[in-house]
Amino acid sequence: MELDSKSPTGPIETRWDRHRFNLKLVNPANKRKYTILVVGSGLGGGAAAATLAELGYKVKCFCFQDSPRRAHSIAAQGGINAAKNYHNDGDSVYRLFYDTVKGGDFRARESNVYRLSQISLNIIDQCVAQGVPFAREYSGYLDNRSFGGAQVSRTFYARGQTGQQLLLGAYQALERQIGAGTVQMFPRTEMLDLIVIDGKARGIVTRDLITGRIESHLGDAVVLGTGGYGNVYYLSTNAKGSNVTASWRAHKRGALFANPCFTQIHPTCIPVSGEYQSKLTLMSESLRNDGRVWVPLKKGDSRSPDQIPEAERDYYLERRYPSFGNLVPRDVASRNAKFVCDEGRGVGETGLAVYLDFRDAIQRLGKQLIKERYGNLFDMYNRITGEDPYSVPMRIYPAIHYVMGGLWVDYNLMSTIPGMYVLGEANFSDHGANRLGASALMQGLADGYFVLPNTIGDYLATNKLEKVGSDHPAVKEAEANVNAITKKLLEIKGTRSVDSYHRELGKIMWDYCGMSRTAEGLKTALGKIPDLREQFWRDVKVLGNGEEMNQSLEKAGRVADFFELAELMCLDALERNESCGGHFREEFQTPEGEAARDDERYSYVAAWGFRGVGNRPELNKEPLNFEYVHPSQRSYK
Amino acid sequence: MRITLHIWRQANSNAPGHMVRYELPNVSEHMSFLEMLDVLNEDLIAKNEDPVAFDHDCREGICGMCGAMVNGVAHGPIPGTTLCQLHMRHFKDGDELYLEPWRSAAFPVIKDLAVNRGAFDRIIAAGGYISASTGSAPDGNAVLVGKESSDQAMDAAACIGCGACVAQCPNASASLFMGAKIAHLGLLPQGQPERQARAVAMVAQANAELFGSCTNIGECEAVCPKEIKLEVIAFMNRDFIKANWSGRGKALAND
Repeated sequence: MELDSKSPTGPIETRWDRHRFNLKLVNPANKRKYTILVVGSGLGGGAAAATLAELGYKVKCFCFQDSPRRAHSIAAQGGINAAKNYHNDGDSVYRLFYDTVKGGDFRARESNVYRLSQISLNIIDQCVAQGVPFAREYSGYLDNRSFGGAQVSRTFYARGQTGQQLLLGAYQALERQIGAGTVQMFPRTEMLDLIVIDGKARGIVTRDLITGRIESHLGDAVVLGTGGYGNVYYLSTNAKGSNVTASWRAHKRGALFANPCFTQIHPTCIPVSGEYQSKLTLMSESLRNDGRVWVPLKKGDSRSPDQIPEAERDYYLERRYPSFGNLVPRDVASRNAKFVCDEGRGVGETGLAVYLDFRDAIQRLGKQLIKERYGNLFDMYNRITGEDPYSVPMRIYPAIHYVMGGLWVDYNLMSTIPGMYVLGEANFSDHGANRLGASALMQGLADGYFVLPNTIGDYLATNKLEKVGSDHPAVKEAEANVNAITKKLLEIKGTRSVDSYHRELGKIMWDYCGMSRTAEGLKTALGKIPDLREQFWRDVKVLGNGEEMNQSLEKAGRVADFFELAELMCLDALERNESCGGHFREEFQTPEGEAARDDERYSYVAAWGFRGVGNRPELNKEPLNFEYVHPSQRSYK
Repeated sequence: MRITLHIWRQANSNAPGHMVRYELPNVSEHMSFLEMLDVLNEDLIAKNEDPVAFDHDCREGICGMCGAMVNGVAHGPIPGTTLCQLHMRHFKDGDELYLEPWRSAAFPVIKDLAVNRGAFDRIIAAGGYISASTGSAPDGNAVLVGKESSDQAMDAAACIGCGACVAQCPNASASLFMGAKIAHLGLLPQGQPERQARAVAMVAQANAELFGSCTNIGECEAVCPKEIKLEVIAFMNRDFIKANWSGRGKALAND
């Protein structure tokens, strides 16, 4: 398939302006004649639903949680980037663009990234106007802090709850429209299929999670803001409900899936404590500003940390990366933690943890100052582990945190199915192979508030969309498909629970397609996953029926999709014979052990087309051109 | 350790409910409360019994989706903690715990421990926002916000909308929830134009949803996992009374 990114050409500074001018508009009086279905209510979906309704479109918005305010965007802690240069420290739209392309290890589309950094300015203004209580200086001006991967202060924040406050801003804007009757909200409703008519996305099939009712919703365009698929690993920092189902079922209807193997691991999470573990909790990366990471020099050293003398400790990040030390980027810090644990030098009961020690910082700065800086994080750690990090070093381990891959979209955020748009983490577009801190919130809101509401009008204005009825054969076929999946899952009546299969799949993914990957390991995974998938479809046990609230049934459908996605991720990772960003193939590293890109052969977006479960998907390539930021090797020595 | 649970089981909103006793012989002190329920559910599935339905999502204490009464206390015995962040080390071997869904006519039970909190969304839809359509905003620094106001607004904005305040209140009042939003927006200059109308509209909606009135008991503050202060209710009352005296806010309230 020929992939047309519709990326504008010419001077990058004016691409978005010129593109917007060239887009066709829908007359204000005609907007109310169009119905747009928005799936997901987070920073992408929620912002889009509210904004589209403000513009005059009729909107239906869907989320699986009990309220649109629960979307997982709410859990983001750190902040949101914007190139305001309020601190006069040399920031600019161009610098944010440059940092993001470089941070993404040269696997993102330049036009998209430039637009993102331009729009970052409007996002802050919009959020302030909505009442987002960003941190302020005593003067009343907006405060900023610096964040990983940047040398300027451009991160706006609301304590450690930035995602929550931005989401509540979007949620309140959405509720305002719901109150005005322009958005119809469907909470506890899950999208289970996409309806494609004459090649265009015209509706979705949903299941009401309370009554089990399967229903079709028809419209003129479909927007997915359904988040990332980190839960394919079972244990991740994602919310328990986060899933790939909406994206995956759209993929099975023809939307290409791009760069599925690009996943991001966060280095500072609270380690796993037992088999029953249900999720992992992230602690802000800012802890690495004062904490020192170490493990014992000796293998299997089971002494308590205070009994291990200085000479028998290995501060491995400081040793390997003397200039960045404990502040190396996320992927580097994560991989090194894995390596020392693989050597048998990990700490704690499971041996899968490293120390993050504040002893020296407390001696140098005093307990009070450390408390002011990190008190809430120390409390959270204490609440979860029962240990006091002021006296005992924290134990941390990396965890899956974000995915850069997602459905392929063009510059208009439209997928390869005309009329279906994808926003935020659910699309692949802006972060390349690695996302910088405080950029996920920026992208979700940019897509939802400012990009999609501009680009969707062009599609509606230039396509003749015949009215379709709920008796259309494509609608009936999609409903029958959903009913068949539900029925099948309930009829298996096997022996093992959904969670037990999900946990086993997650372990395979973490072992072979996690922080570091090898061709051999990926092939092993590609052998194991289809076997386990077949066993799942023969043996999974889902009790109850489909006409009630049935949380096992909800999970079963999501895990079924994770199985198929997992295979694609491994295939994509195997196909990409290079290391870049979050994708580290052990065979491809520099003599110093860093990621070695192969720009000659892999400077492209891998966009996969579905060809049936178990069949090899079709690989399409969108070549990437770098006119402004020229690819170079990242170095943190 | 060994824990005995008595859990409210109710098949759907129309069915009668009852308490069912479950023995959990091997609870690890490192488990979170919800992980204990996961383990219980795995056991129930193995025995072909219907697992307990409960709401949860982020399991980090921020999404506001989880919550249940534990021995009569919303989110359990540890202050400032949601049920998902409550760990079993705070309980003793042999403890007997009673789990019930949020108690309020405005939060009907859907199944077991899951309730419908749609009333909260409708209160926000009635006026819990600032009308700032996308694209109309001036520069973020065009209107200054004093640090003190901003910090106080953030304190109130920390509300996660879990509903513990309502569940604990003998009157099932939503005042702490509403006060938090009214204070958050009312403390900021951007929230002034709609301030009085907001209070009137939100209170009117809460009355329509069958939430009770506030009688200053303060149990809401005691169980709030985000430790929202009772003074937000005073803030709300002040705005509400002012709006009524001045006759402002009628436009929205009469809708």
